[in-house]
Amino acid sequence: MNTMQRLSRVNAINWNRLQDDKDLEVWNRLTSNFWLPEKVPLSNDIQSWNTLTQQEKKLTIRVFTGLTLLDTIQSSVGAPVLMEDARTPHEEAVYTNIAFMESVHARSYSSIFSTLCATRDVDDAFRWSEENPTLQAKSRLILERYHSDDPLMRKVASVFLESFLFYSGFYLPMYWSSHAKLTNTADLIRLIIRDEAVHGYYVGYKFQLALAEATPERQQEVKDYAYELLLELYDNEVRYTESLYDEVGLTEDVKKFLHYNANKALMNLGYEPLFPSSVTDVDPTIMAALSPNADENHDFFSGSGSSYVIGKAVATEDDDWAF
Amino acid sequence: MLASYQVTPVASSLVYFSTKSGNTHRFVEKLGFAATRLPLGRDEPVLRATQPYILMTPTYGGGSVQGAVPKQVIHFLNDTHNRSLLRGVIAAGNTNFGDAYGLAGRIIAKKCSVPLLYRFELLGTDDDVANVRKGVEEFWKRQT
Repeated sequence: MNTMQRLSRVNAINWNRLQDDKDLEVWNRLTSNFWLPEKVPLSNDIQSWNTLTQQEKKLTIRVFTGLTLLDTIQSSVGAPVLMEDARTPHEEAVYTNIAFMESVHARSYSSIFSTLCATRDVDDAFRWSEENPTLQAKSRLILERYHSDDPLMRKVASVFLESFLFYSGFYLPMYWSSHAKLTNTADLIRLIIRDEAVHGYYVGYKFQLALAEATPERQQEVKDYAYELLLELYDNEVRYTESLYDEVGLTEDVKKFLHYNANKALMNLGYEPLFPSSVTDVDPTIMAALSPNADENHDFFSGSGSSYVIGKAVATEDDDWAF
Repeated sequence: MLASYQVTPVASSLVYFSTKSGNTHRFVEKLGFAATRLPLGRDEPVLRATQPYILMTPTYGGGSVQGAVPKQVIHFLNDTHNRSLLRGVIAAGNTNFGDAYGLAGRIIAKKCSVPLLYRFELLGTDDDVANVRKGVEEFWKRQT
C-alpha cells in the first residue's frame, strides 16, 4: 500500500543538488521567519492582564495550555514521524526546523505564563489539560494516526493539527487583541499562526505528491479517511469549544472560525472546502485582528474597496523590479 | 541560441503563475477562462503579452516585501511591453500571514499603477471562483 520510498541510508546533504525545489523554498521561508519569544515585550501586557476577570484569566490560561499540548505533540512526535517518511534529505531537514519551531511555540506559552500569571493558576491549568476529556481525545485521535503504518494519514493528521486544531485556541488572543487587550501576546501568537501556515502548506504539498503516486482506489480510500478524521476531530472540537467558551458566550463565533480553518486545512491537502460560506463568516474584527496593520480593503470587484485610488502614474523602471 | 532570446507570444487575457503545489493553477482551472501559465523554469522562453491582461499570482514568503513576488513574475514584468498591457492583479495567499496576505498583489498593483482586484486563499472557495468570474467579466466590459 505504500509506494513512497523512504530514505534508506544517511548521506551528506547537498543543498546544491535538489530533487524538489520546494524544499529549499520552504527552508528559506522558515529560516527567514525564525523568531524567539524573548523578542516580544510580553511584560507590556501585565496591566492589560490585570483588567481581565478571574474567569477570563482562567479561560486564557487553559486555552494556552491546550495549545502548548498541540505544539508539544508536533515537536516530539509529529515532525519526527514525518522525518521518517521524508522523500528527500532536504525534506528531512525542513522537518528538523519544524520540530524545533514547535518547541519554540510550546516554550512561548510558558513565557506568557511566567510573565502574566500566578504559578498556582498555571499549575491548575496543566492539571486540567491532563484530565480534560476533549483535549485528551484530540491528542489521541492525532497520535493514533502518527503511530499508524499509513504514511499518508500521518501527513493528513499533521495538516489537520497545524491548520485546524490550533484555531479554537488562536481565536481567543485574536479576540482580546480586537478589544485592545493583551496586544503583545497577540503579536507573539501571530508569529505562531504564520509558522503554522507554512507547516500546513508544506506537509500538505508533500502529501499531494505522495497521493499522486497511489492507485485511484487508494486515493479514494485516503480521501474518505481524511474527511472522516476531519469530522471526528470537528465533533470533538465543537465539544472542546463549548466547554471553554460557553461561559463567556463566544462559542458560536469560535465555531465559525473552526469552519473557516477546517476548509483551509482541507485545501492544504488539495481537497475541496467542506463548510459553506454561510457558516464561515468569521466576525470581521477577528479577521482584522489577524492583520492589525492592514488599512486596506481589496475587494475591488464588489466596489467596496476602501482605499484603492488609481495611482499617480509614476513610470516604473526596470530597476524597480530588481528586488 | 540562448533561451532568454526565445519569446513566446501570449494571447490570453489572464496570465498566472503557480508553483509546483498548483493552488493557483487549480483556481484558474475552476474559473474556466483561457489563461496562460508563466513558466516555472528560468531557462524556458520568456512570455510576451499581446493583449491587455490580468495577472494572477501567489505571494511568497512570510511577511517581508523582499521575495513576496515570485521571481518568475518579476521576470515577466521586467519587460516594459508586458507591464504596459497589465490591467489588474489578483493575488492568492493566506490570512495567516496577516498584513502580508496577498502582499505580492499589493506590490505589483502599486508599482504598475493597476488595481489589486481580488485576493483569495489557497485553492479559493466556490464563492471566490464566482466572485472572480463575475468580477473579471465585468471588468473587461468596463474597459472596452
